[in-house]
Amino acid sequence: MTETGRLGVTDLRICFGSRQVVSIDDLRLGHAEILGLAGESGSGKSMTTLAILGLAHTVGASVSGSITLDGQELIGLPQERLREIRGRRIAAIFQSPSTAFNPVYRVGTFLTKALRLHGATRSEAPDLAAGALRQVLLSPDLMRRYPSQLSGGQLQRVAIALAVALRAEILLADEPTSALDVTVQAEVLDLLRDLRESIGMSILFISHDLAVVAELCDRVAVMRDGLVVEQGPATQVLSAPADPYTADLLDSVPKLASPL
Amino acid sequence: MTAGPAESGPADSGPADSGPAGAAPLLRIADLTVRFGPVRAVDGVSLDVAPGPFGLGLVGESGSGKSTIGRAILRLVPWASGGITFDGQNVGSLRGPALKAYRRDAQIVFQDPDNSLDPRMAIGATIAEVLRAHQVVPRASVSDRAAGMLTEAGLDPDFAQRYPHQLSGGQRQRVAIARALSVQPRLLVLDEPTSALDVRTQAHILKLIARLRSERKLSYLLITHNFGVVSELCEQTAVLYLGKVAEIGATNVLLHAAAHPYTVALRSAVPDVDVAARRSRIVLPGDPPDAANPPSGCVFHPRCPLAIDRCSAEVPVLREAGPGHRVACHRAEDVLAGAPMPTHHRSLP
Repeated sequence: MTETGRLGVTDLRICFGSRQVVSIDDLRLGHAEILGLAGESGSGKSMTTLAILGLAHTVGASVSGSITLDGQELIGLPQERLREIRGRRIAAIFQSPSTAFNPVYRVGTFLTKALRLHGATRSEAPDLAAGALRQVLLSPDLMRRYPSQLSGGQLQRVAIALAVALRAEILLADEPTSALDVTVQAEVLDLLRDLRESIGMSILFISHDLAVVAELCDRVAVMRDGLVVEQGPATQVLSAPADPYTADLLDSVPKLASPL
Repeated sequence: MTAGPAESGPADSGPADSGPAGAAPLLRIADLTVRFGPVRAVDGVSLDVAPGPFGLGLVGESGSGKSTIGRAILRLVPWASGGITFDGQNVGSLRGPALKAYRRDAQIVFQDPDNSLDPRMAIGATIAEVLRAHQVVPRASVSDRAAGMLTEAGLDPDFAQRYPHQLSGGQRQRVAIARALSVQPRLLVLDEPTSALDVRTQAHILKLIARLRSERKLSYLLITHNFGVVSELCEQTAVLYLGKVAEIGATNVLLHAAAHPYTVALRSAVPDVDVAARRSRIVLPGDPPDAANPPSGCVFHPRCPLAIDRCSAEVPVLREAGPGHRVACHRAEDVLAGAPMPTHHRSLP
């Protein structure tokens, strides 16, 4: 599953001026695989996401090394080419779905605009959007609503629906459930698991919470201070961590056994 | 209405007996209702908080009314009916010096320390302001006390010179806790104190609360959507749904022998590092309903996997499910008997 890898990150270095913030030697995401990238704020996981999207320069960072999508090198690709890949083949969802939407556009307008930007015709875009909403278990009636009329969980589903409608091969999910209630989180995790099974989506799931990673991921890479300190199958990393930092992160998860 | 230290409410709506045997509660909330226009954000809630060391957890999703209860305790929102008594005094009728004393006795820590710390004030000045306002210590020793509080909250006293933006989220939350505790309150309301933090930082803050709890014999209300957080810090827990208490009892009982399907689902939704456990989550369909237009009967019935006809017709009352354990569910006996609940919902809303 992971020999070739759909997404390959090799010798990636991300720097702000002379200060190196990320250094990843090898990270691979296979077909229909869910890879967890775990670490705290400042560990470099979100910068890695930006680099994969070809957006690191927008925050003033320089990137070197190699990022490949099905063997095609992305680093150094002109922005026009990247724009075809970003969103279409590599989609991203973020922690706060409300900031991902333009508050003055209805949900339907948002979806159809994005679909048309990536080549859908005027007549097929609304149907594609409605179908994608159904696939994330939302009613197409939501297309008439504004983002402020949807809950956080619904908005996150709409963001995922766009990735589904564009048939994205890879979903970068950067703390997609950290701002949600645990019940809604459980639903979104369920949906991501489902999309992997039904359409073979590959997911890079970024989180500070190893319990959430344990719920979802096949493999885990743990980052600290820009370095991957440990990576391997979720069952192995989470039950017998080799790095003391991973063990510390695991210990931090609140236990449901009440000591009082 | 509770206007004094009355301990006898109506038998079916009085708060569950909480805390050490027979001790009078420090805080009593009786049949509290808070309205925002047509919305009943809190709808007839009764709760007791025992004198410290004691923790009461308030667990529920967004819109359950848990934060509104916290704000009402601090008199930050007015209530429509019912009452709150603190140490036998009616909180709603406090005025003048008595109100000022209450404002010192009851403190709150909010979810987002960014919004509760003044960005233009150094940390030391932020804490000193509270100390001066409540004349806790002589003027000359204000800065010593502020530095002492920072140390107690696990921060270097040099942080007094720094500004909020120079601190991490976890450090800012420690400052907010230090400030709240600097006036030696008797009751602390912690409103999602760790939800904006990384899990590792959350663990440190929870440890800090546990330490301060035993050192200072703190009594607190811990508001959260995550059962994992209350399990370590609260002996009693109330589960709220759409402004009502769905279930209340010892935290251990709610975790392991809950009588309300919503409690079972909430507990089940907490992610676990155990990879083998990942397939057994109960997933509730949809979001909590609109509080302006609540469902008939039991407000939980549209999402409830165990709902029967009676549930949409008849409002369940909060009734005894065991010693110190109350539940508002027609099917509590079935839940206690282990009625199976589906772990996946694959249907369109």
